[in-house]
Order: sequence, then C-alpha cells, then structure tokens
Amino acid sequence: MNGAGLRRLGLGLIPWIGAILLWYAVRWSGFVNVSLIPAPHQVAAKFFELLTKEGLLIDIFASTRRVFLGVALGILVAVPVGFLLGWYRPARTFADPMINFFRALPPIALIPLVIVYFGVDELAKLVILFYASFFSGVIVMYEGVSQITPLYIRVAQTLGANQTEIFRKVIIPLTVPHILTALRVALGVAWATLVASELIAAQRGLGAMIQNASTYFLLDVIYVGIICIGLIALIMDLILRKITARLLVWQDRAIA
Amino acid sequence: MKKRAQFDKVSLSFETPKGRLNVVEDVSYDINDGDFIAVIGPSGCGKTTMMSMLAGFQKPTTGKVLFDGRPVAGPGPERGVIFQEYGVFPWLTVKQNIAFGLTLNANHVPTAERDAICDHYLGLMGLSDFANSYPKHLSGGMRQRLAIARAYAVKPQFLLMDEPFGALDAQTRSNMQNLLLKVLETEGKTVMLITHSVEEAIYLASRIVVVTARPARIKEIIDVPFAYPRDESIQERPEFAELRSYIRQLVMDEYRAQQAQMRPVSFSE
Repeated sequence: MNGAGLRRLGLGLIPWIGAILLWYAVRWSGFVNVSLIPAPHQVAAKFFELLTKEGLLIDIFASTRRVFLGVALGILVAVPVGFLLGWYRPARTFADPMINFFRALPPIALIPLVIVYFGVDELAKLVILFYASFFSGVIVMYEGVSQITPLYIRVAQTLGANQTEIFRKVIIPLTVPHILTALRVALGVAWATLVASELIAAQRGLGAMIQNASTYFLLDVIYVGIICIGLIALIMDLILRKITARLLVWQDRAIA
Repeated sequence: MKKRAQFDKVSLSFETPKGRLNVVEDVSYDINDGDFIAVIGPSGCGKTTMMSMLAGFQKPTTGKVLFDGRPVAGPGPERGVIFQEYGVFPWLTVKQNIAFGLTLNANHVPTAERDAICDHYLGLMGLSDFANSYPKHLSGGMRQRLAIARAYAVKPQFLLMDEPFGALDAQTRSNMQNLLLKVLETEGKTVMLITHSVEEAIYLASRIVVVTARPARIKEIIDVPFAYPRDESIQERPEFAELRSYIRQLVMDEYRAQQAQMRPVSFSE
C-alpha cells in the first residue's frame, strides 16, 4: 500500500476509533446505568463467543442471503418497471399515485398480512424484502430514466441507428448508472427492513438473534447483532461502489 | 447542377394555448450539390426548425421538404447533423465515439475498415493523442471536433450544422472555421449551416439565406462572391466589409421587428 492509501485508511479509521472512545466515555461518565451499556471489549468478547459457540456465521449467512435475494429480485423487477414508467409519460401518470401509495407503507405494517398470506417461512421474509427493495428501486429508476436527454437518441438516429441499436447502444449505457444507484438505495433499505422481516418467527438470522436477545435482555448480543448488520451493509456498499467506479469511469464526477 | 435538398412552400405551425404559432411560413429554396448554404436570422426566428425538418426531426405542416427528390421521412445517415450541444457520447472514448456510426447496420462498414477510418478522422481533427480519453477530459473545441469527426466518419452526402461554433471562444471558433473549410476542400460535401454570425456566414458559405423574424420567411438569398479555397485574408477585403454591413442591416431590421413583436405578447415555447 502506498502513502496516499495509508492516509486514506487512517482518515477512514479515525471516526471509528472516536466512536469507540465515546462509547467508553458514556459508560464511564456515570450518567447512564453501567449495566445498560456493555463495554466495547465485552461486546467484542461476545462476538467471538457467538462466532465460535453459537454459530453466528449461520445467522450472518441467513440474513445476507435474504437481503441478497430480496434485493436481487426487487431490482430485477424494478428495472424494467422503472424504465417503462420513466420512458412513457402516460405509464407514469397511470402508475405514479399507486406506486407512491405503496411506497409510503412501512413494510413492518404489512407483516401481519404477509403472515396470513405467505405463512412464516422463508418466502414471507423474502416477500417483505422484495417489497422494500422494489419500491425504493423503482423510484430511483424512473426518476433517472425520465431525465435521459433526447439529444443522444437524435444523434444516434442521424448516424443511422435503428430502434434496437438505439436501445442497445444508447439507452442501456445511459441506464446503467441509475440501475447501480437503485441497487445501492435498495440494499440500504433492505438491511433496514431485515429485522422487521425476521420478526416473522425466524429461527436464524441477525434480526432473529436481536429479537431473541431482547426477550432475555442480552444487551451485548443485541450490540453484536447491530454491529454485524452495519458492517455487512457497509461491506456490500463498498463492493457496489467499486463496481460502480469500474463501470462508470466515463462519468464526470466532482469527487472521484 | 443536381438538387440535393428542396424546401417547397414549407410552413410549420404549432397549436398553443394562445392560438396558432407560425414558426416557418412559405419557405422555398433549393440546395444544390456542393453548395454551402448559411441560414442567418435573429435568434428564435425558426431557422433551427428549418434545419430540423431537413434532418427529419420535425414535419412541415404544409408544403414539402425533399432530399434527393424524396420527401424526408425521418433522420438518416446520408444527412449528418452537428448539434449545437455537440452530443458526444460521454460513455464512449473519443475513438469509440467516431466508430459509433461505423458499427451500425445501416452503414455497412466492414470491421476491418473501421480502424483506418477512425484513425483518419482522429488525425484530421487533431484528436489522435486523445483516442482513448473520455469526453469529460476534452475542451469545448475538442468536443466539437469530435462531433464533426463522428458525423464525417459515416460519409454523409450532406451536413447540417446548427450553430456549431456558437459556444466556443473567438480563437477556437476561427480555428474551427478554418478546419471546416480545409476538410470540405478534401472531402467535398454539401452543407447547411445555421448561424447568427454574419462574418461566419460570409466566410464559410457560398450562399446566404437571410430569414425574417418569426414566422421565418425568406428575406433575401445572397450569393457570396468569393471563390474556394478561402483563407482569412478575404475578411480584410472591401467586398467582405460591404457585404457584412449589408447583411448586418438586414438582420438588424429583423431583430428590431422581432423586439417590437415581443412587447405585446409574451412567448412561451
């Protein structure tokens, strides 16, 4: 690693160190009952205990898989739907109010209904996560697609492009940035919805772990769960950002 | 002389909430093979609309716009268009931009020839060093040269240019004009140039169509008495200055007419 890379890593680490110090500070300040705040080192110890004895990896895997599948399916549907809505104004007038209606509903409010219709299995959780990622993704997609300027299409036409060529060589490259943004937004929302989806009598998963721990007031386990969710979400976002930077080298960004 | 493009009693109007808006009214003129036509008139007068109809983006309300004797049905590669906003594809490199038209089915360019054509225009437009750069790294003048190279690469018989140098600084603009003349000398094309610069029109064109304030009608068609190849020295000649003040007067009259028109009604387009 070169000097600049080290510097950036250092800059990125400082807030984390700050957060941990603040955590200790709050605990030692005496303003809060110490038994209500497990210390960072206690949480770290719990993390290794869960990892080695309780199969934390299984929970992580279960949750990650749900989020991954939910987002993948949600975006798979959101891309064509968002595209249609962005491209054809009448479709937008037609569907806009309804999409905003469903988008405004918090997924948690739908859990009782999802249990009634989809049971308490894996499918039910997937439905909730799909719902969350679809509606967050579709908005990003159609806002993005509706802003594509007709200039590039005109240019392609004057060079002799037919409809399929315009779609393949102009529309798709212009849509890729919006798909990537939709993915990022959906990933964020899906992780936020995870705990809600795992409220549905999940056996494993980080949300389920937090849920069970709260029944027995195991604060350190709750902390481990929360930190795991945050970390995995962060890693996924980092990966997606790397992919974005790769695919969109051509974009003129203020900050590279 | 073969007629390339014809405007035959062409009018175009829109229905607006405030009534009918005539943009182009009863325009007739021919563009012959090898002509360089400059269309000049006050801004917002409808001269771009004229070009847009020949490019195939808009249809006349009445009258006919013909290209090679047939009514224009839509855009096509035989009529290259250089847009005011350049329209270079930001997701493609400079070379890929030039190659874009060559990869389309309509142009039937064998894969083996594409590279040579790209390199030719990269060299001609002074973009060889930037072949693999993305447009975000190019200056305005370079983007415009790229747009011209891309349009040229598919070998259109006819070139439509909508105020192509309007956004460039004076030096770049004059460089681009000279480059255009040089390229036309070697490639020989028919050109329709929309401009609001009288000097540019005289310096480049063989014929100048002066257009009235909206609705655009033909005020006068003027033959430019300078032979090609031209260089900047013609701008020092007394005939150039005479022609310039004559055309400027025509355009200014129309500009004043337009200002007078604008006072009572507020235009919303």
